[in-house]
Amino acid sequence: MGYKAALRVWRGDAGAGALADYQVEVNEGEVVLDVLHRLQATQAGDLAIRWNCKAGKCGSCSMEINGQPRLACMTRMSVFTPDETLTITPMRTFPVIRDLVTDVSFNYAKAREIPSFTPPPSVQPGEFRMRQVDVNRPQEFRKCIECFLCQNTCHVIRDHPENERAFAGPRFLMRVAELEMHPADTADRREIAQDDFGLGYCNITKCCTEVCPEHIKITDNALIPMKERVADRKYDPLVWLGAKIGRRTAKDTPKVPG
Amino acid sequence: MVMSTELAFAGDRFPYDVVVVGAGGSGLRAAIEARLHGKKTAIISKSLFGKAHTVMAEGGCAAAMGNVNPNDNWRVHFRDTMRGGKFLNNWRMAELHAKEAPDRVWELEAWGALFDRTPDGKISQRNFGGHEYPRLAHVGDRTGLEMIRTLQQKVVALQQEDAVNLGDPEAMIKVYAETTIIRLMKDGDRIAGAFGYFRDTGRFVLFEAPAVVLATGGIGKTFKVTSNSWEYTGDGHALALLAGATLLNMEFVQFHPTHMVWPLSVAGLLVTESVRGDGGVLRNSEGKRFMFNYVPDVFRPMYAETEEEADRWYTDPDHNRRPPELLPRDEVARSIRAEVKAGRGSPHGGVFLDIASRLPAEEILRRLPSMHHQFKELADVDITREPMEVGPAQHYVMGGVEVDADSGAALVPGLFAAGEVSGGMHGSNRLGGNSLSDLLVFGLRAGAGAADYADARGARPAVPEATLAEAQAEALAPLQRVGGENPYTVHAEVQQTMSDLVGIIRREDEIKTAVKELEKLRERAAKVSAPGGSAYNPGWHLALDLRNILLIAECVAQAALERQESRGGHTRDDYPEMSPEWRKVNLICSLGADGGVSLRRQPMEPMRTDLLELFDVAELKKYMTEDELAGLASSGQAPAEETH
Repeated sequence: MGYKAALRVWRGDAGAGALADYQVEVNEGEVVLDVLHRLQATQAGDLAIRWNCKAGKCGSCSMEINGQPRLACMTRMSVFTPDETLTITPMRTFPVIRDLVTDVSFNYAKAREIPSFTPPPSVQPGEFRMRQVDVNRPQEFRKCIECFLCQNTCHVIRDHPENERAFAGPRFLMRVAELEMHPADTADRREIAQDDFGLGYCNITKCCTEVCPEHIKITDNALIPMKERVADRKYDPLVWLGAKIGRRTAKDTPKVPG
Repeated sequence: MVMSTELAFAGDRFPYDVVVVGAGGSGLRAAIEARLHGKKTAIISKSLFGKAHTVMAEGGCAAAMGNVNPNDNWRVHFRDTMRGGKFLNNWRMAELHAKEAPDRVWELEAWGALFDRTPDGKISQRNFGGHEYPRLAHVGDRTGLEMIRTLQQKVVALQQEDAVNLGDPEAMIKVYAETTIIRLMKDGDRIAGAFGYFRDTGRFVLFEAPAVVLATGGIGKTFKVTSNSWEYTGDGHALALLAGATLLNMEFVQFHPTHMVWPLSVAGLLVTESVRGDGGVLRNSEGKRFMFNYVPDVFRPMYAETEEEADRWYTDPDHNRRPPELLPRDEVARSIRAEVKAGRGSPHGGVFLDIASRLPAEEILRRLPSMHHQFKELADVDITREPMEVGPAQHYVMGGVEVDADSGAALVPGLFAAGEVSGGMHGSNRLGGNSLSDLLVFGLRAGAGAADYADARGARPAVPEATLAEAQAEALAPLQRVGGENPYTVHAEVQQTMSDLVGIIRREDEIKTAVKELEKLRERAAKVSAPGGSAYNPGWHLALDLRNILLIAECVAQAALERQESRGGHTRDDYPEMSPEWRKVNLICSLGADGGVSLRRQPMEPMRTDLLELFDVAELKKYMTEDELAGLASSGQAPAEETH
């Protein structure tokens, strides 16, 4: 094959920007990132793109291609017709730094609020014994490459920056679920999942699951089970009664201070 | 000399005890260790936190825990590592690595890593090329991601502690993401800091510190077809050279045997060795398992001679020898190249890697999910139904900064190095799985070494303002130059030159041509322009990386020209044999007075007797000179007992 593709790429910075039109050569088997690299090498040396591995493993080249949140390195040019114009824009939820690169520091701030893995103090390194069947569930969530496409897509914060304070987003609610399902973890993050990380905002529309390049079933396997656990903690009448008569005190782990 | 036109340094200054350049496995492990030693530590990352090249490691982390085969122990791992490196390894590093790797893996588990399990609940271990027993702790085929995420989350856990105790999560350990270091600063002969820029704004920054740990990884972007990410521009190698340190054995470059060869845009995408460890076999266009024809003499006793025996080994490793598909990487890569050259390759210039006919589909999906995903999404190949087309690509550099094995200290006081950027550990060829463990073992040691050094120093070193202004001027030059050449064009030509002339098979005349070409490219690189501003301008970033790429390319070429033998990741068409005399020689690169690379030979330190005694004399004969063997006989070494 080999043809010239029409690209409309967003160029600009935090102040202002606009779509710029380019014609770029495309060869057989290429992905969008190849074409952006060619554009960079031949016509726009200063085009800002964030990328690392070009193998779908690092989650750096997240952007929106014809409005779809995707990894540029895993989006093949063959899914588009040669006469189609590709519109390539930065992730919309995060502030633009330059061109296709956004400021994703929100995510790192949220990550730091979640109480870390808390093993029993008595277990020494090398002494952990866990069955495969018990690690399967958290292992699925640890496939996450932190591309933040789910965060970008979730309607709770997309176009609603006012919710960012109270909502950690699917990636970090899944991180809470991962720790809660870790067979050797002893902390209890159910209370803060709801109160501090905003699990209740999620109304399981599964947009996050749809855009996950790792095909992690974020909603079905992490968020919904987490909602069930939170309901057990907060609304179980026996737990409520136990706490009320002072027989059982909750051992909730608090959110980590900034 | 400071030119009058140079402006005074205008940027941020941050004081630290230890500055770690690089945020992959070794950098994070070093930083964690320095922080645990109470040192105020900065982590400088060229990309975002958690994106380093370590995420691309697939197969696993080698550590003789003996979870799957209780016969395994550090001595067996040490032997395998030395054999894999063809006895050119820094034996002290190989010893420390084999002894300490299990503790480093268990430590990760205590920090939250979730490795795949054995039926009795321990960390599972898988077979890999050159490892006598199943030894690689793994998580499917995404082990590197698990490791980087665990270390990243450990850094966060330490920051959370500091938030509670000191009121500031970044009081003692801080990550500077998307920040590039371009010069190390010295006060006299010792390290005083690191100068660089923030990629997003282009603003300059000086990290003032008595100790700097280089953990920058490899040099893949020197070559055209590589499995390495963009960050692998040899930064740490070049920073060390420019600061007066030395590089060891840069001729040894690993071409991993199996990468995707088609479509062209993904050529170089890694196909994990686990495919072969889990039963996958290599076939040529005639359907033959050709690796049986390529077992070299030094490995002959350990590898099966028939397909039947090789296949029995997967279920009964104690009574059968290993399949030759699991030879060390250098052997397999050369064999594939020979098959293709003989006209028995696959349609796109590779060979076939077949797992489909060897394992049930559901088992392939469970063990190799990333590989299935990668071929399906990028090549429309279903690896549960059809073979993969694979071929060699640049993957790793064994050569690197010459360091003290125990502390990671380079020859410049205050400078340390760990991981791929350091040299010696892997000799002439690295075994698969020995990289992730290397990062952990020597990351810790370099972090501790830097912390101890920072404790022992006298007054804080000061960065001379003149050198700082000079470094700033050097960095600004491509931005200010108008009408110069495009840096992307120069880079592409360096990669083409190195791949064509100093690649997997080398010849004197070709390397000499490469040296001349590199000289011309260096002149061109000095005149490139980067149009645009200083904020997130990749053209400018590349223009600055070119200095490093070219300097390292020259080291590789010079060392490759000098070493007149074939060993591990250095194959000379004109000197095809491995020479016992050359085994005693390390090649050392340093920066000459003219700014060019200067090369010298340095004798290898003889191996400690107790380590030598782990090998059979018959085996040592294949590697050592008559004189060395005579020395052994007179010291009364008996053939080693199998210390399984």
